[in-house]
Amino acid sequence: MLTYTIRRIFQTIPVLIGVTILVFSLMHLIPGDPAQIIAGEQANQEQVEQMRERLGLNEPLPVQYWNFVSGAVQGDLGNSIRSGRAVSSEIGARFWVTVELALYSTILSIFIGLIAGIISATKRGTVTDSLIMIVALFGLSMPNFWLGLMLIQYFSLGFGWFPVSGWGSPQQLVLPVITLGTAGAAIIARMTRSSMLEVIHADYIRTARAKGVKERYVIYKHALRNALIPVVTVVGLQFGALLGGAVLTETVFAINGLGRFVVDAIRMRDFPIVQGSVLVLALMFVVVNFLVDISYRFLNKRIELD
Amino acid sequence: MESPKTIIKVDNLQTSFYTDKGEVKAVDGVSFEIPSGKTLGIVGESGSGKSITSLSVMRLIQDPGKIKGGQILFNGENLLDKSEAQMRRIRGNQISMIFQEPMTSLNPVFTVGDQIAEAYMIHEGKSKKEALRKALDMLKLVGIPSPEQRLKQYPHELSGGMRQRVMIAIALACNPELLIADEPTTALDVTIQAQILRLINNLQEELGMSVMLITHDLGVVAETCDYVAVMYAGKVVEYADVETLFESPKHPYTVGLLKSLPRHDIDQEGELEVIKGMVPTPDNLPKGCRFAPRCPFASDICADRLPELDELEDNSQVRCWIYTDEWDGKSGVSVKDDYGTFASKES
Ligand SMILES: Nc1ncnc2c1ncn2[C@@H]1O[C@H](COP(=O)(O)OP(=O)(O)O)[C@@H](O)[C@H]1O
Ligand code: SF4
Ligand SMILES: [Mg+2]
Repeated sequence: MLTYTIRRIFQTIPVLIGVTILVFSLMHLIPGDPAQIIAGEQANQEQVEQMRERLGLNEPLPVQYWNFVSGAVQGDLGNSIRSGRAVSSEIGARFWVTVELALYSTILSIFIGLIAGIISATKRGTVTDSLIMIVALFGLSMPNFWLGLMLIQYFSLGFGWFPVSGWGSPQQLVLPVITLGTAGAAIIARMTRSSMLEVIHADYIRTARAKGVKERYVIYKHALRNALIPVVTVVGLQFGALLGGAVLTETVFAINGLGRFVVDAIRMRDFPIVQGSVLVLALMFVVVNFLVDISYRFLNKRIELD
Repeated sequence: MESPKTIIKVDNLQTSFYTDKGEVKAVDGVSFEIPSGKTLGIVGESGSGKSITSLSVMRLIQDPGKIKGGQILFNGENLLDKSEAQMRRIRGNQISMIFQEPMTSLNPVFTVGDQIAEAYMIHEGKSKKEALRKALDMLKLVGIPSPEQRLKQYPHELSGGMRQRVMIAIALACNPELLIADEPTTALDVTIQAQILRLINNLQEELGMSVMLITHDLGVVAETCDYVAVMYAGKVVEYADVETLFESPKHPYTVGLLKSLPRHDIDQEGELEVIKGMVPTPDNLPKGCRFAPRCPFASDICADRLPELDELEDNSQVRCWIYTDEWDGKSGVSVKDDYGTFASKES
């Protein structure tokens, strides 16, 4: 396992290089002169030249890339055009809000999804099973922003249980986390159900029963451990998607997260911010993928570990 | 000498599957018994209901299957009257089972040691540590090389033969009185097959258990069993001790099976005689004798009425009209001697 982990860490190096090259190229893929765009439309020739000098755009590309990477490693991603503050500090706070939101939502999805999926599978063909699967289908097909608006409508404006917007207090977490976690819970429930149903007919489950294992342990020990293997991948994908795709939910609940921030930055053509955010999100993706791979290997003993 | 005690007596066992197409009688009135310490072989082609019979004895029939009727007397107590909790204490403890597919019968995410140890933890309330120590002893007993290492390995790291040995270790962990082995060697190489069968035989003597060995190979039966039940389409068609069965087989199906055995002692001219046709599926059974469509001796009564399993003078039991007073076919036929003539006349 350790050798595999180390090897897997080394494998991320080319990915990281690829990611940084792509993000670095963003600046140069913008149609027109980046110095002109960043300096602003009203800037005169002299100001543009100054900007070019400041951004190091006169250097050869490899040198620029090197400067970008070494800056990024030290946490220096340039300055926001709009506010003039360091990109890293602008992104920092908002990034953690997004990570928190994604993390809580994923935990909720796993919790509800697993329980619903297991119940559904063990009660296959019953009314309970059908009910769970119908609810899951609803959860899956409901657009996030709509679900968010409905929750606000009833639980904030209607009953007044939860605040309409913002992020930080426990009450403020509830509705956005439900909004974001619902689809994931539905996906995980369906995945767990089908995975459990497949596993429950396996020969080794019959062996466990023939050994005299209690039905409860047959399900939760012998079957679930195997059924979880494909679910782990879904959870990872889910978490990754939440990191980058929470824009609508952040907007509906006026949460100061990274998603909304990036969209604003794109609209304002604040390229250093866009660049920095994309880099951070991409790195998160790499990390999540790494963790998924590790836990997949950990659960699935059939894969050679080294 | 006192007559041997009977460890298990199955009486008129009926197990059906309730499918969309209706009731499928997979096991339809099967009876047999196994004297204590002896081996019963159950033979028959694929689909004749052997596995469902053995799973019924374990009470492990899954939906949409159901044990409809009959009795399974284990040490005199009817297993069909037991609660699920009582059955759990019997499974893996007093009655154990090993299966045909060693490659898929072990749980891929637990170590070999854990899977054997579990039996001790369930049935003998052993601590994990103690259970693992006993698991190690079991691995040694079933002849697995470097058992200390194997204990910590996962099933995928073992060959098919080794996995079947692990299955045997799990099954025998708690010293069962009855071992059910459902085609334990069918999926293995020929050389490994012999090793596994010898292992089961040796352990049976060592531990004094009874064995129900399911196979479709009469050669295996000749080498390992004391009694034989021949099954066809959900019913027992012949039951005898092994000498009687091989010396004077009664049922045309048994004779057909014997004729299709490859023989090493005589030069066989031409091809093996095989029984033509296929086992009827339980949802499409003939009205009379179930073997009639394939039987070279079939007469009018065979197509019309199902024969009973009757006991003959030599204590063997056979389900065939030829051995009854009602037989309306050619008189004086000997199934064993005339099988070839009748079979060739037919085609
Ligand atoms: N799950 C099931 N659903 C419906 N029919 C079944 C099922 N399992 C077994 N059967 C029926 O029972 C018959 C006997 O099966 P089985 O005992 O496995 O045969 P054998 O072990 O002798 O090859 C099969 O031919 C099949 O028609
Ligand atoms: S009863 Fe008739 S058909 Fe059946 S095995 Fe005997 S002779 Fe053949
Ligand atoms: Mg079978």
